[in-house]
Amino acid sequence: MNIVVCIKQVPDTAGGVKFNPDGTLDRASMLAIMNPDDKAGLEAALRIKDATGAKVTVLTMGLPKADVMLREAMAMGADEAILVTDRVLGGADTWATSSTVAAAVKKLDYDLIITGRQAIDGDTAQVGPQIAEHLGLPVISYAEDIKVEGDSVVVKRQYEDRYHMVKAKMPCLITALSELNEPRYMTPGGIFDAYDEKEVTVWGRADLTDLDDANIGLAGSPTKIAKASDKVAKGAGEKVNLDPTESVNYLMEKFREKHII
Amino acid sequence: MGLEEYKGVYVFAQQVDNELSSIAFELIGKGKELAEKLGTDVTAVLLGSNVGSLTDELGAYGADKVIVVDNPLLETYRTEPYAQALTAVINTYKPEIMLVGATAIGRDLGPTVSARVATGLTADCTVLEIGDFPLNPIPGKEDQQKHNQLLMTRPAFGGNTIATIACPNNRPQMATVRPGVMQKLPKDPSHKAEVINFDAGLVENNRYVEILEVVKAVGNVENIMDAKVLVSGGRGVGSEEGFEQLKELASCFKGGMVSCSRAVVENGWLAQDYQVGQTGKTVRPNIYFAIGISGAIQHVAGMEESDLIIAINKDEDAPIFDVADYGLVGDWKKIVPQLTAALKAEN
Repeated sequence: MNIVVCIKQVPDTAGGVKFNPDGTLDRASMLAIMNPDDKAGLEAALRIKDATGAKVTVLTMGLPKADVMLREAMAMGADEAILVTDRVLGGADTWATSSTVAAAVKKLDYDLIITGRQAIDGDTAQVGPQIAEHLGLPVISYAEDIKVEGDSVVVKRQYEDRYHMVKAKMPCLITALSELNEPRYMTPGGIFDAYDEKEVTVWGRADLTDLDDANIGLAGSPTKIAKASDKVAKGAGEKVNLDPTESVNYLMEKFREKHII
Repeated sequence: MGLEEYKGVYVFAQQVDNELSSIAFELIGKGKELAEKLGTDVTAVLLGSNVGSLTDELGAYGADKVIVVDNPLLETYRTEPYAQALTAVINTYKPEIMLVGATAIGRDLGPTVSARVATGLTADCTVLEIGDFPLNPIPGKEDQQKHNQLLMTRPAFGGNTIATIACPNNRPQMATVRPGVMQKLPKDPSHKAEVINFDAGLVENNRYVEILEVVKAVGNVENIMDAKVLVSGGRGVGSEEGFEQLKELASCFKGGMVSCSRAVVENGWLAQDYQVGQTGKTVRPNIYFAIGISGAIQHVAGMEESDLIIAINKDEDAPIFDVADYGLVGDWKKIVPQLTAALKAEN
């Protein structure tokens, strides 16, 4: 069986985000990592590979430097890597991104497509379901557990207060949660192979024949950014540094003023 | 696409087990405000099986119309029948705005439907307004500025950035909206909605998945989003036992509950249901106590709309003091028991 895992290189937002003086994101100062939900999706694919001998292909759309992340995926055990990169694809919203990725996936053999639930930079959780829509496949979002049974997948699908056990015939698309597993480390041999033995296939706009110019990049994005800014903190209130009893008296006085007590 | 054909503000009225989710009322409340600016009305779209009895409640919370798609295929949420139904409603009634809750259902349904109707979708919005796009006219191209657009504001980059997004050339303008951020209207049982029963022509296809089992979470976890007062603890609380003291303080207030930061969940002191923040829940209680919480932006994103924020922290440079109305620099272990005693003495 053939599994395609769609992964994204993102800035590590957990370490905080820095901005340039002009207010744009200072990407150069931030560490670029494989998006955590995507990494869980890759690990899920590699476990299916361990169990069944499936072939795992990782695919990303991004800047040429995303090559490093694809090598990491191969060092973890992915068989093939594809980098979709082209200036005209830049500035894409989720519609244009999913249209482009779907066009790339169409060139591959696939039984199962796995994406992360959401990327930590955009936080939209839209691209996975939209790729499924463009390909006409069933989608199962928020997967906490994935099992392959014959020509079907059985997935534990998480909701706020419950989960559903869901079965879908392949081909289908699953979006993975970080809770799904603990991704494996790269092996030293895997790293050497990923750089010495394996190649990253690079596709540009011209390689994606099943894709309309109206659906790519900034121009092909229905949503437009009107304004983006660093978050403005709410103005600070009063801050006091008193001994505990005085602190409590201060607060009780405020509660009385506000008729809370 | 004839944009002017698209009229009205529509909201997806999420129900689970034939019980309307709070987000449905929140979206109606916000939808009313947007509709007034546009001189139109609010339509709730109710999808399910035997859900006809829920229309009164949608009316009571302000819906002017309710479009009901009642079909056994819609009994339990599945992407494909729900997407077919909502797509059919959009293609038939042509709404100008379509709002969906950013729940585990809405964040699956929204993107599927937006791709199917080929329009833009903005995720997890926290502010929705009607305004101009571009915000300021481009010199020499003033006539190209579009008015009465839905301006959708949302956090991105883990809450570090705020972006305002428009969808000027496609309809409907779709947004998913964070639960707990928008205000519902007061319930008015005398307000009735016009009910429209709609046959969405659902057809089973290869994209229908089979539901083998539905497992509801064991136990009855209270919802921190309903709390009037939240006593929230962070890493500084130090232990699971520390939260017992926070519970004591919470019990002094009617509708008081404890909640926590992500660090607390990671340490296993409280379950994830109690987590406030970007990856947890968004809350807006009357009073929010932030105790031993440093105030990382990911946490603040989930509580900054609280009416009154009180921070207690040893570190006087903790960023939580930047958003607190009242900040107490000091050791919570000394302050909280005294405060609890003082509040009990008042009652």
